[in-house]
Amino acid sequence: MELILALAIGILFGSGVWLVLRPRSFQVITGLLLLSYAVNLFIFITGRVHINKPPLTLPEQAATAMQYADPLPQGLVLTAIVIGFATTALYLVVLLGSRGLTGTDHVDGKEREHDE
Amino acid sequence: MKPFIAELLILPILLPLLTGALLALINERHHKAKFVINQVSTLLLLVLAIGLFWLTDGPVTGDDILVFLAANWAAPFGIVLVGDRLATLFMLLAALLANCALIFSYGRWARLGVHFHTLFQLLLMGINGSLLTGDLFNLFVFFEVMLAASYGLLLHGYNVNRIRAGMQYIVVNLIASLFFLLGIALVYAATGTLNFADLATKIPLLAETQRQMLHTAAAILAVAFLTKSAMWPLGFWLPITYSAASPPVTAMLVLLTKIGIYVILRLHYLLFGDAAGDSAGFGQSFLLLGGLFTLTFGAIGLLASQDSGRIASYSAVISSGILLALMGYGEAITLSAMLFYLISSTLAVAAFVLLTELIERIYTPADSVFALSMEFFAMEEDKKESAGVVIPAAMAFLGLTFAACALIMSGLPPLSGFIAKFSILHQLLQSRNDVASWLLVILLIFAGLTAIISLMRFGVRSFWTAQAAQSPRLKMSEASPILLLLLLCITMTIMAGPLYALLDRVADDLLQTHRYIEQVLHTAPISRND
Repeated sequence: MELILALAIGILFGSGVWLVLRPRSFQVITGLLLLSYAVNLFIFITGRVHINKPPLTLPEQAATAMQYADPLPQGLVLTAIVIGFATTALYLVVLLGSRGLTGTDHVDGKEREHDE
Repeated sequence: MKPFIAELLILPILLPLLTGALLALINERHHKAKFVINQVSTLLLLVLAIGLFWLTDGPVTGDDILVFLAANWAAPFGIVLVGDRLATLFMLLAALLANCALIFSYGRWARLGVHFHTLFQLLLMGINGSLLTGDLFNLFVFFEVMLAASYGLLLHGYNVNRIRAGMQYIVVNLIASLFFLLGIALVYAATGTLNFADLATKIPLLAETQRQMLHTAAAILAVAFLTKSAMWPLGFWLPITYSAASPPVTAMLVLLTKIGIYVILRLHYLLFGDAAGDSAGFGQSFLLLGGLFTLTFGAIGLLASQDSGRIASYSAVISSGILLALMGYGEAITLSAMLFYLISSTLAVAAFVLLTELIERIYTPADSVFALSMEFFAMEEDKKESAGVVIPAAMAFLGLTFAACALIMSGLPPLSGFIAKFSILHQLLQSRNDVASWLLVILLIFAGLTAIISLMRFGVRSFWTAQAAQSPRLKMSEASPILLLLLLCITMTIMAGPLYALLDRVADDLLQTHRYIEQVLHTAPISRND
């Protein structure tokens, strides 16, 4: 399980980096999304991977730390998802504005002289 | 603990939030009302900042570090706001600058687009939150608030330049935020806590494998903060962004780089200070090296830059470079001189940014440019209002204020820039006599020289080669903030003695980390039975 998660994070991060470095703004925003997924997964696994352990105490059970997953990374990842979502939406608006104002989707706002 | 004193710490966050929310509801037609509300709230913030600084610096409360447990949970578990001298000093600086930028924006800039006032207040909320927060994750949240508001403000008055700069600025900052999150996750994995004070107590006790993880985390976090404070090679976004944004916004952006510096100051001394065991001084040589490179980069960039936006940008880069290098130099003795330089350079660069917009009007009648964008936003110009109160002797005013700005930015006598640089040089030569100190001295003087050359060239071009020059029309609301900022610098010059004594106390606070830690961890929640 750990191996699969680690590989998934690695692949997401790698693809994200590659896409962010591309010249089209749509590729950049897709890259940013992939990067933020990778980071969110990463935060999530810092709480260790558990099976069948709730992050909250239940009233009928005695609370021993062994029975529960660490709630903090889960709280952090929730906040991070929300903030990441909002800022990506904001970037999307800027992207559309730039497309409308400059007439191109190149990240520099203009095409290169000799595009391949 | 006296009641309702630590609770004041929540106000600098709540007040801008509520004002910002209120301003979002008011239609743009009532721009005057919006401006008044914004200004009153920002003034209140200034009063609050002065009050809090007085509380942390004075013997009033008995304990000069205010701690507010936001949800009434004891420190490592709940959200905690901490106001010490350093935080409140920065808050004061932020409030002063915000007031000046806001007054300046009254004339035209605030009306150039929608929701300027709301974004302005949210920016202040983010800044105050980042300054006061006592744990890493809330720092991230407030950073995001601050950055999101700054994206909006950068795009304010929407044109091709701004959108181009905005695309880069936003992507760079989003990626920096992702690094921030990675760092936070690793810090938590290594130590099991995110509270600054708790981290500081746990770091000396870490096992070797965990320490390596923590160092990785610190390096990743540093990428995020150093991007914000524009260290070479992470600061390439800065000149483009600064020269594209509207002047009052640029003035606030000048402050934002200093917030990056503040975070590094706080975390570096608290987590990797002398008490940190094996981690003491981690990353220090890197900061020194990065600072020196930034300084060189800024100086060369300044020599090459012709237009005012670039001059201001590279001056900000130079000031970041000097601050980072001094932090990496790591002699406690230079701390107060460094803080003095930070305040002086921030005020001067902000004044310069505001001033250049007025200077450019000598040649390009800004009225026509502005009229174009007014048309773009389908706004009707109020003839009576745009005449405003025109101040006399506009050229003399511009010339004199420019000279003052240039003196401070290049560090020539007799103004505050000189005192700052002189004391830095003095402390550098006194403290150690190695390659680092000499390199820093040489680069500091070199940066001053490039500033003189670049600013003189700019001044001669704008004021002396007057071909089609005509005396521009200045309004009181545009001249007074610049005057105010420069008066502050002059006051700093005259009151340098008491100010240094005060900054010594701030620096002492920063070095005596055990006081901060004890105060945060030992503040008990209020029990309900009282």
